[in-house]
Amino acid sequence: MSERINSAWSPSSRELERARARKGISRRQAVIAAVSSIIVIGTLLTIVVTSPGWEIVKKTFFDIGYGREVFPTVIAGLWINLQLTFIGGACIGVIALGLALMRTTKSPALTPFRFLATAYVDIFRGAPLILIILLVGFGVPALRLTGISSNVIFLGTVAVVLTYSAYVAEVIRSGILSIHPSQRAAARSLGLTSGQTMRYVVLPQAIRRVVPPLLNDFVSLLKDTGLVSILGVTDAVRAAQINASRTFNYTPYVVAAILFLLITIPMTRYTDRAIRQRTSAQNAEGAI
Amino acid sequence: MQHVLELSHIRKSFGKELVLNDLSLSVQEHTATVLIGASGSGKSTLLRCINLLESIDDGQIFLDGVEISDPFINVDEVRRKLGMVFQSFNLFPHKTVLENITLAPMKVQSKSKEEAIETATKLLKRFDLADKADQYPDRLSGGQQQRVAIIRSLAINPRLLLLDEITSALDPVLVNEVLSIVRDLKSDGMTMVLATHEMGFATQVADEVCFLESGNILERGSAQEVLHNPKNPKTQEFLKRVHQAGRL
Repeated sequence: MSERINSAWSPSSRELERARARKGISRRQAVIAAVSSIIVIGTLLTIVVTSPGWEIVKKTFFDIGYGREVFPTVIAGLWINLQLTFIGGACIGVIALGLALMRTTKSPALTPFRFLATAYVDIFRGAPLILIILLVGFGVPALRLTGISSNVIFLGTVAVVLTYSAYVAEVIRSGILSIHPSQRAAARSLGLTSGQTMRYVVLPQAIRRVVPPLLNDFVSLLKDTGLVSILGVTDAVRAAQINASRTFNYTPYVVAAILFLLITIPMTRYTDRAIRQRTSAQNAEGAI
Repeated sequence: MQHVLELSHIRKSFGKELVLNDLSLSVQEHTATVLIGASGSGKSTLLRCINLLESIDDGQIFLDGVEISDPFINVDEVRRKLGMVFQSFNLFPHKTVLENITLAPMKVQSKSKEEAIETATKLLKRFDLADKADQYPDRLSGGQQQRVAIIRSLAINPRLLLLDEITSALDPVLVNEVLSIVRDLKSDGMTMVLATHEMGFATQVADEVCFLESGNILERGSAQEVLHNPKNPKTQEFLKRVHQAGRL
């Protein structure tokens, strides 16, 4: 399409008038938004600050001096959560992709694997994560198998990976099923094998489509790694708990919560933006 | 003369509905066979059966004398010899125009990336799309998308090109830019089977026109015979309706 030449145009007096009016309207809307925000947030703050227990709450939950003191132990714990999340996340991605492919395959040779994958997903998606952590964390060492670590961090990660692989597999599978059959027909008509069609045509589109729910799972994963503390791992939540029960000051919990938010909020914002950019590059209608 | 494609007594049904009923057809090299007929007469199903996207219930299909309706045939190898273009374009939305075209040559024919890009660029230049090589399909007009889809199927150098109502999703202005490609291919000697509602176009390119009705070919012959001097009353009625709709 050719660029249309725009230089000969200068706005009419009516258009200038409209532009002025539009500016006036948007200024008024900004003022309304600011005033309403101040009123609502101000009221909430006033209610909290003037409540009878506020002084005690401030001391036990928002003690900045104590927060600073416990910060190093909480952040050391958070490091464990992060390690679990990223190492676990990588394993989950690989296993979940495998499970999703097994569940969608039509190859007769893979029939038993399809059944096994379905059974796996049914079991690990249905059982509470905390039970799986307890079963793996205490059950596996009891087997006294040689060569299998009884390190609680390792076992906790295994339990989380087992459960999350089932969740993520279902998300990926739904993405695969959402790709229109005509895409497959087009790929096969070019002579691509069913494996090549999956790899180059279906999966790339499917994964892109399920990024938002996968990110959701990733954030839950980061939070759920806190559950391995029941095996005795000192993660951020556990570190905060130890400090809190030593002094009866709950500031460490708030510190841990803020640290989690500092990771999860930028992560979701970044991913949202990445998806939007990708979509608008490929889609004439822009991000919908 | 050896036929490129030979269909003998094809039968196909979806559930209780019989879509192709004892249909036979042969296509010679360098000819264009045009399938006409109302929606639901089996044109698309026939093309999908030739490409083995649908399995047939009875009959035989031969490509260059080899029976491709044999259950032990390697379907991927058969499809490498056939190009297919769909009504709804079906470009891969996550790949650029160039990537859409080079995918099959690289992965199916194991050509090097440079070679595949060279062929693709040549085709894009020839059909005036060179400046769109790095665009994503959704940024193109329908006519441009369909031209890319044709180029994509040409890039594997097919023995036979199957075109399934390739202009039905386009507005009248865009139809022409797509059909002119088909005219070019016809003069290159490409062997084609195409389903279309564009009767004027059919007159221009068809070596043989087949009128399909309820899964069978009721009348066949040159464009002059079938489109302008039909003998079968059903063909006459169909063409009259087409004429009333202003498509002839």
